Amino acid sequence: MTLNQLTAHEVVNLIKKKKITAHEVMQDIFNQIDKVDNSIKAFLIIDREEALKQAKEIDVKVKNGEELPSLAGVAVAIKDIIATQGTETTCGSKILKGFIPPYNATVINKLKEAGAIIIGKTNMDEFAMGSSTENSAFGPTHNPWDLERVPGGSSGGSSAAVAADETFVALGTDTGGSIRQPASLCGMVGLKPTYGRVSRYGLVAYASSLDQIGPITKDVTDCALVMNVISGHDNMDSTSVNLEVPDYLKSCQAGIKDLKIGVPKEYFIEGIDPEVKSALDRALKIFEKLGARVEEVSLPHTKYSLPTYYLIATAEASSNLARYDGVQYGYRAEEYKDLSSMYQKTRSEGFGSEVKRRIMLGTYALSSGYYDAYYLKAQKVRTLIKEDFDKAFSKYDILITPTSPTTAFKLKEKIADSLTMYLTDIYTLPINLAGVPAISLNCGYNKNNLPIGLQIIGKHFSEETILRAAFNFEQNNDVEKRKPSIKPTKHKEAAE
Amino acid sequence: MTEKIITKKEVEYVAKLAKLKFNEREKDEFTSQLNSILDYFKKLNELDTEKVEPTAYVISMPNLLNEDVVKPSLSQNEVLSNSKYLKNGYFKVPKIM
Repeated sequence: MTLNQLTAHEVVNLIKKKKITAHEVMQDIFNQIDKVDNSIKAFLIIDREEALKQAKEIDVKVKNGEELPSLAGVAVAIKDIIATQGTETTCGSKILKGFIPPYNATVINKLKEAGAIIIGKTNMDEFAMGSSTENSAFGPTHNPWDLERVPGGSSGGSSAAVAADETFVALGTDTGGSIRQPASLCGMVGLKPTYGRVSRYGLVAYASSLDQIGPITKDVTDCALVMNVISGHDNMDSTSVNLEVPDYLKSCQAGIKDLKIGVPKEYFIEGIDPEVKSALDRALKIFEKLGARVEEVSLPHTKYSLPTYYLIATAEASSNLARYDGVQYGYRAEEYKDLSSMYQKTRSEGFGSEVKRRIMLGTYALSSGYYDAYYLKAQKVRTLIKEDFDKAFSKYDILITPTSPTTAFKLKEKIADSLTMYLTDIYTLPINLAGVPAISLNCGYNKNNLPIGLQIIGKHFSEETILRAAFNFEQNNDVEKRKPSIKPTKHKEAAE
Repeated sequence: MTEKIITKKEVEYVAKLAKLKFNEREKDEFTSQLNSILDYFKKLNELDTEKVEPTAYVISMPNLLNEDVVKPSLSQNEVLSNSKYLKNGYFKVPKIM
């Protein structure tokens, strides 16, 4: 057993007790990256020197008997859509190749203050648009459980890195499922916080009314540990909410006898893989055994979530991505005759095809004559979807669903057909539209040893409750936790 | 198959609005893809939303105003550091008028 296989909370405790040093931990992390990342391709950038230097600084603190912060010595990987001062931030796009942010996102400053060591930036679907990480301009990431399969997306690099023991923790972002779906497909824990719980300052915007940053970790305790660090109000983000942050580690400690659990029937129809369904049925029995009451509930507008999401997300994206014009940063076309052709050529050469598709869809939905029929209509249906959740939460404390209708699919299996790809997020999209928090955690494996994920949804700002439910399930799940065995493989495909 | 919701001409117009340029093959592809996506989206018309208020943000919050005080900000050099098209401390672009 090497130290990189441990969890974050185990590593912090061992460093505090002087059983291991932060430097040893970092060496094992980088050894693993050297061993497997050519096969996984989770990272776009690795910052070894700086990480080893910071690890030594922590070891000096331990030697001097100084008190250590909560994430001291913990390796953290960052999705490449979060600004890191002095380190390239590309969003998986050619248009931002070479962009070096002059400032840190708030979550980065918070992680550093807590002693975390940022080891690198992870691969993703371009501008977080995708569900498989195949839309990265720098080539796909491979699922550690089966290198022929996708890790999910858009935070696929982040979740694959955690699953492959290349890091203890990774940050992802979730606009329609981009933390939870890859966490599910890689057998990890991923949490999308309530809209406004975590500051978005320094997060490159995709769809501003839906985006949230959250952790991907190996277990629920680590998820709570990281949420304690990154949550809270920030003056730099006017949508971050000024509410006290509870101690999420402490909230995991209570039982769940008091919980009333609703199971939305609309999440168990057409398209669900039978093995996913039976894993969920088994999981629900465990919640019952722990004393929770489990009942069926209806969220009648579920089937309208997908069109609603794609109209709102693409409209917001078309506006947010207008800033990539080749003037202040990023790519600029080599040849152009005037300002207008500079914009057009820069954007057409810099963006990939899915990003262009979404900009086109969003521009159309917002254009004169179509605004009411598409964008306004979607915002109204968003109200109905949110009301479904309000109603359900007047009766139930949490809702439980599968995270994804299937386990990890093959590379290239769905990339040719946008709608088929969009449907992989059918269970996660409604949660962003309602702005509520949700966590995905592993509940078992299919017969091909691919992980299956369970989603726990809570009321606004009830991260405490969903973490408590997740922790109790994790401690009592009767399926033993597995790790993927990675056979080093050379991939043929090269980056574009 | 589906009736045309968006024509190739409209795709060209939307591309112009979005400052994107496509060749003929791409225009045809986008026309067909956007049509099948928009056709799927017609599902929303099943719902009567005449009396429903639109939701822009899910967490209702008052407008936040910061006090009007000067705080540290990025230097001009830092702000200019990501472009190689510079002149006299300005970003350089082709002639506009």
